Amino acid sequence: MMEVCGSSSVTLREFGCEQSLLSRPDGSASFSQGDTSVLAAAYGPAEVKVSKEIYDRATLEVLIQPKVGLPSVRERSQEQCVRETCEASLLLSLHPRSSLTLILQLIHNDGSILSCFLNAACMALMDAGLPMSCLFCGVTCAINADGQIITDPTAVQEKESRAVMTFAIDSTKRRVMMSSTKGSFSVHELQQCIAFYRDSVSRRYSKTL
Amino acid sequence: MKDTPLSNCERDFLLKAIEEKKRLDGRQTYDYRKMKITFGTDYGCCFVDLGKTRVMAQVSCELVAPKESRPNEGIMFFNIELSPMASPAFEQGRQSELSVKLNRQLERCLRNSKCIDTESLCVVSGEKVWQIRVDVHLLNHDGNLMDAASIAAITALCHFRRPDVGIQGDEVTVYSPEERDPIPLSIYHMPISVSFSFFQQGTYLLVDPCEREERVMDGLLMIAMNKHREICSIQSSGGIMLLKEQVMRCSKIASVKVSEITELLNKALVNDKKARKEGGRCGFAESLPQERITALKMEETSVEMTDATERAKDIVQKADARPQKVPSPVVPVPGVGQVGQGLQNTWGLEEDEDDEEEAEECDSGEEQEEAVTKMEEERHEKEASGEV
Repeated sequence: MMEVCGSSSVTLREFGCEQSLLSRPDGSASFSQGDTSVLAAAYGPAEVKVSKEIYDRATLEVLIQPKVGLPSVRERSQEQCVRETCEASLLLSLHPRSSLTLILQLIHNDGSILSCFLNAACMALMDAGLPMSCLFCGVTCAINADGQIITDPTAVQEKESRAVMTFAIDSTKRRVMMSSTKGSFSVHELQQCIAFYRDSVSRRYSKTL
Repeated sequence: MKDTPLSNCERDFLLKAIEEKKRLDGRQTYDYRKMKITFGTDYGCCFVDLGKTRVMAQVSCELVAPKESRPNEGIMFFNIELSPMASPAFEQGRQSELSVKLNRQLERCLRNSKCIDTESLCVVSGEKVWQIRVDVHLLNHDGNLMDAASIAAITALCHFRRPDVGIQGDEVTVYSPEERDPIPLSIYHMPISVSFSFFQQGTYLLVDPCEREERVMDGLLMIAMNKHREICSIQSSGGIMLLKEQVMRCSKIASVKVSEITELLNKALVNDKKARKEGGRCGFAESLPQERITALKMEETSVEMTDATERAKDIVQKADARPQKVPSPVVPVPGVGQVGQGLQNTWGLEEDEDDEEEAEECDSGEEQEEAVTKMEEERHEKEASGEV
């Protein structure tokens, strides 16, 4: 695991991905960043319940399953972040009155979990062959007490930091699609982080593509 | 989401194949699919792959107040989660019949058999005991969920380490894993369930049914046994009538299978212990193959060729004669082509002038056609002579 706190270089933990792991879902992928691992499965387009159907678009449902216990409010908020990102990049109008379901199973949480969810979701949607206007990727960064910016923090680093931010960035224009932040930070720090993200995102795209 | 229904052709095919002692994936009647057991990063996390069925189990512990009826025993809690990932038919949060059945079977298999020493989980009698929680997540449903779930649960329990506790008088200290090494649970025996599926009112039997076979089966017999040949739980569902001899035979088969599986389980635990001792990184991330493309990788499927009587050559010989020669396109005007019927106007609605003109064109067209057809015939004959 190697992350460097510093404003000059951006390092991510070793990440790995495998697609088409499961036979039942239409698309599946596992994504790991260091020790954090997530398994994602996508089904769709499939039949939708009449109560949930939308006349001109597909209905996207995201389910996040924690390892222990039932899903709680934290999982719901993460689901919302992932769902909004996916809805922005999927071409939902190509499949009206259908349902797309994305299930994310947490395998191990060692920090940067929301960005791992986003990355796994993107890989699973690609594996399912669902039409998308752009790919997206997530990167988390933490600002520790000294003001240094750490990208892809581990659980220990996240705990000790004063702010944790996750951004989802699209592949075509490198713009921010979704942001989820926790903690207090200044506007200047936010700008710095986004610049970092762009850097680390280009690194991530160069490795996956 | 609804699951795709099974077509009648598939059902008939499967039943007929089972009558001829053939299984879809080429296994024998008593064969298990390839089983793989891997462990996660933290203690108590275990993945079991039974063919394509994939299951993950996680064990966690917590200090709680004990039940009033049993003040010096720990609490075991089991939960099988039918994740919508495993099959489109599973719905989040809905307590389906299958979910209740699997949960109940796992509880009977592990809790009622008293495989874990719950008294060793007591910290302060009547006040604090350990609650061991086993969560089994089904990741991919390709049949025989019960067996995979039971193997995953017992392996995870064997793998799990709980924090060490020190008692000094009235003070209870729970040490973190960094301060003192966590201790394993005390497990008396390892019950493992083996499933038998029955077809045609109990005439045919298959061990470890895959998902397709499960859909056409009449009934299921589940025997949970440990390697000491003690039956921990036995359950027959589906309403089939079984003879005593059949049940005895199944239990003998089960004992053989259970000893094989227990051996594999112990080997996996030993390997993991060795890897952790050497300090290597272990876990799901490590089990991913490095720098190799494994997506869409499939093992070679063996195809049975013994019954094949018809060969491709015979089929070609018996096939229909070569199709009629189609006249090649007529080009009346550059850029316009006419093929097939319709070259000659047959409506008779046109004026005489047009008729004459068209007749002339058609004549020339037909001449050309004949010339071209002759050429084609010659070519075909040459080809045919060339072949032979």
